[in-house]
Amino acid sequence: MDGTTHGPDDARMAAGPGEAVGRAVTRLEDPPLVRGRGLFAADVNFPRQIHMRVVRAELAHGLLRSVDATAARALPGVVAVWTSADVAEIPSIPFRATKVQGLEPYCQPVLARDRVRYVGEPIAAVFAEDAYLAEDAADLVAVDIEPLPAVLDAAAPPAEFAPGLHTEPTIVRKGFGDVDAAFAMAHAVIELDLSVGRHSGVPLETRGAIARYDAARDLLELHGAAKKQHWNRDEIARLLGRPPSSVHLFEGHVGGGFGVRGELYPEDLLACAAALRLDRPVKWIEDRRENFLATNHSRQQRHRIRAAVDAEGRLLAIDDVFFHDQGAYVRTHGARVVDLAAGMLPGPYRLPAYRVAGHFRLTNKTPAATYRAPGRYETTFVRERLMDAIATRLAIDPIELRRRNLVATAEMPYPRPLDVLGSDVVLDSGDYAKLLDQALDRFGWKALRESIAARRASGECVGAGLAFFVEKSGLGPSDGVRITVDHTGTVELVSGAASVGQGVDTVLAQICAEALGVGYSGIRVVRGRTDRIEFGNGAHASRVTVMSGSATWQAAQAVRAMALETAAPLLQLSPEVLTIRDGIVQRKDGATEPSMTLAEIARQMGPNSPAMRGRTPGLTAEKWFWSDHMTYPYGVHCALVCIDRGTGAVKVERYLVANDIGRAINPMLVEGQIAGGFAQGLGGALYEEFRYDETGQPLSTTFADYLIPTATEMPALDVLIAEDAPSPLNPLGIKGAGEGGTNAVGAAIAAAVDDALGQPGAVTTLPILPGTVMRLLDRAAP
Amino acid sequence: MKPAAFRYHAPRTEEEALAILAAVAPEDGRILAGGQSLMPTMAFRMARPAHLVDINGVAAFGLLAAEGGVLRIGPCVRHAMLGAPLVGGPLGALLGTVRRHIAHLPIRTRGTFCGSLAHADPASEWCLVSATLGAEMVLRSVGGTRRVAAAEFFQGIMTTALAADEMLVEARLPLLAEGTRSGFYEFSRRPGDFAQAMAIATFTLDGGVMSAPRLGLGGVEDRPCRLPAAEAMLDGQPPSAALFAAVAAAALPGLVPMTDDPHRLRLAETAIIRALSRAAGLPE
Repeated sequence: MDGTTHGPDDARMAAGPGEAVGRAVTRLEDPPLVRGRGLFAADVNFPRQIHMRVVRAELAHGLLRSVDATAARALPGVVAVWTSADVAEIPSIPFRATKVQGLEPYCQPVLARDRVRYVGEPIAAVFAEDAYLAEDAADLVAVDIEPLPAVLDAAAPPAEFAPGLHTEPTIVRKGFGDVDAAFAMAHAVIELDLSVGRHSGVPLETRGAIARYDAARDLLELHGAAKKQHWNRDEIARLLGRPPSSVHLFEGHVGGGFGVRGELYPEDLLACAAALRLDRPVKWIEDRRENFLATNHSRQQRHRIRAAVDAEGRLLAIDDVFFHDQGAYVRTHGARVVDLAAGMLPGPYRLPAYRVAGHFRLTNKTPAATYRAPGRYETTFVRERLMDAIATRLAIDPIELRRRNLVATAEMPYPRPLDVLGSDVVLDSGDYAKLLDQALDRFGWKALRESIAARRASGECVGAGLAFFVEKSGLGPSDGVRITVDHTGTVELVSGAASVGQGVDTVLAQICAEALGVGYSGIRVVRGRTDRIEFGNGAHASRVTVMSGSATWQAAQAVRAMALETAAPLLQLSPEVLTIRDGIVQRKDGATEPSMTLAEIARQMGPNSPAMRGRTPGLTAEKWFWSDHMTYPYGVHCALVCIDRGTGAVKVERYLVANDIGRAINPMLVEGQIAGGFAQGLGGALYEEFRYDETGQPLSTTFADYLIPTATEMPALDVLIAEDAPSPLNPLGIKGAGEGGTNAVGAAIAAAVDDALGQPGAVTTLPILPGTVMRLLDRAAP
Repeated sequence: MKPAAFRYHAPRTEEEALAILAAVAPEDGRILAGGQSLMPTMAFRMARPAHLVDINGVAAFGLLAAEGGVLRIGPCVRHAMLGAPLVGGPLGALLGTVRRHIAHLPIRTRGTFCGSLAHADPASEWCLVSATLGAEMVLRSVGGTRRVAAAEFFQGIMTTALAADEMLVEARLPLLAEGTRSGFYEFSRRPGDFAQAMAIATFTLDGGVMSAPRLGLGGVEDRPCRLPAAEAMLDGQPPSAALFAAVAAAALPGLVPMTDDPHRLRLAETAIIRALSRAAGLPE
């Protein structure tokens, strides 16, 4: 059997650093990148290619009366101009199914049909000999839109989406326990109204799609892919009416993914359809303004939450109603962010009763979807604000209050009667209290409180805060890896995973090297290609290291076993006394003879080897790792901030991310993930916001208006990687590390700002802007 | 974000440049110096000049010299060149402080002082310097030369006294007298971002009291301005935190901010106090 779910008898990776695992080895990915030899989407070119430019709506909401492309088509160098009539046979962009029903009518057409619903919505596509001409022609497309009122507040009553459909496609409801009884018997009820602003991943590399039809082989190729190659391939094939095996996606280098890049967007379909129909390769590179208008936004939610607590501050129930601003259409994630928010809100705390209603609302803004720590960045802010408010109300130290509510190690695995992404929530392992202690100790909390007191006495406005979070990772159900040793002894690893720059190649190579007994640096890792492996789930949801890493471990173990079994009779030794070191099969006891290289063994197992007669040749194995449950990393963020009383600016002076990920395959890459993730969390806490005017015109369409943190905004960041709670759900004990750096930043900084202001609960909205802080300072002034 | 088509001109002399400008001005011909504002605007197609007159090949436009009590700045002098080591004295010290706030290093090595003045963004540091110190602008076209004081040159958001066929061929900044103290403060969301408020203060200290004070405010109103009433409050007084606070408070009611955000006025107040405090060497 080559498909496995992890069980108690499987070979687990030994604890502690190994030969290749647990070490901060350098990245396999870097040589081409640091030499300027990378292959990003814009680097892909084909002979005879034409360039696509998308004509986009300039009004937030309106009836599309006419699109006149006559002048554009007449421009020399223009090959074609398409409007919705030209792509009428292509269905709307689909979403990955969940149990939420009825979202189909809200999906986005490839080109707007009778209405436009956000500024930036594709209305027409121009294909021309060069990108300048394409943009010139796009300017000539005359669009007549009859304006309609724009819906901009997701918490306002639903409006009409289309005749017979309103702007609330669904309400995601979850819960357990007797919430009403808990509130009836509560010692205190604490209510908050909290909002998280609209921001998103803004990759340095914008999206790109280069489609090419190879008529000789009847193959449609799409280059510039990322994240979800196989699902996208299957959907592109379905939407264009082709067999999946006649469509292939290719990932090059990816200059940032963060959840937004690599989803299936209208432009991908347009480029593919045009390559087929116009019989020329089609290149589309998103420009920065389009990236701000057209690529998924995220995060915007408003929560009205209340908690019932007993006299000691123990949670009795949480009741949350929230409004999720999805923007104009349902995109490929469906209602996933709402589902995640509803399912992950309870976090690390023991909670007897819970009720949540997540209102999935459409507005006339750019459509939204997942962004690093989706649903968790938002709900950690909400939950941790709530815990701070409870502490204030009951006059309990906020850290002590958290201790009283943390799920205890003895309770692990801790099942919550909830599901998220269709899988039951079972907190698989953790020592939450221990990590809290470690974090406070590492941050020097006690001494910090004293230094804060001293600085305040000298007039400074400083404060510290912390937040606890639980992440989720390793979303199943499956991922596969095929490992092959060729006749030169070179190891090739083919995975259905994708790379969005996080170091997948290195991590999978390290795991393979550890299991197989070879050096990691010579392993060739292939991923992000539908033509090399039948299935794959790509790179998202902090799943690659858990799922593909576990499949790698198992496939490499299988290859190892094959190698030893093949070598043993030739060496006239039992497999049990053999091991593999540096690619050489030899005795475990250290004797160097007799020995046999993996290359020699691979040749023995070749298709022309008499020894292989009747068997499938090759020193190769493919394993599929299956998982029914997600694994739950957790952590603590601590922040020290200083507020400038003259400007309201918040400066983060020091920051700690403590994150238990079970096992760090490469601590350097984990730190990189956490530092980068933190920077994005910092953006959402203090800087980044997609703003709109009252008519729905976007106000944040350049990097001068949409402020991302740069090197000068990054504080001294300390990262504590804990490995105290390996996951029992996979042979490596690992949990995902991609999102813990982002998760609690808004929450921790909000707490620190409250503390600096001396106003518990003052921060109710992210991002925390200088003008808001100034008003809070004025409120406190005598 | 590809610019619309334009014709590119590369004159080698000032006469040639002015002649081309005269010819192309009716078709929205623009001068290209550092291009750090113009090129992004063209990439967005918010500017669609049919002609660009690239003056980078005009050797004489690199003029940067202190003569006759003024610093003469030619059209191709880059931001990074203002201040030490090319400009010394109290003016050089002020310019060197200010330039660090202008965008980021690559922009400072390309963008030009005169380009910033001609662009007249209310958040421009050089426009504030020019207004505060009373710079004189030399405007030239094929029809002749005229000299315009900073107070008349800046006319609103990205609006100046320049006619379409005129080029700002020189800016003249008065040199600061030996012993002049200066202070600059700017608030922006991140270093290098557009200023939301900024102020410059200069004065000399004679016998413990301020004399010849100049105080300018930028980023708040639609153009940089001097604050003569505030200067009068400072003149002849010893510097003190209380006085600076009073000066700032008195300046606010007369301001006409570009936005109705009350935060902008608070930032103006802070900028004034901090610029004065820095000039005086007082803690902020």
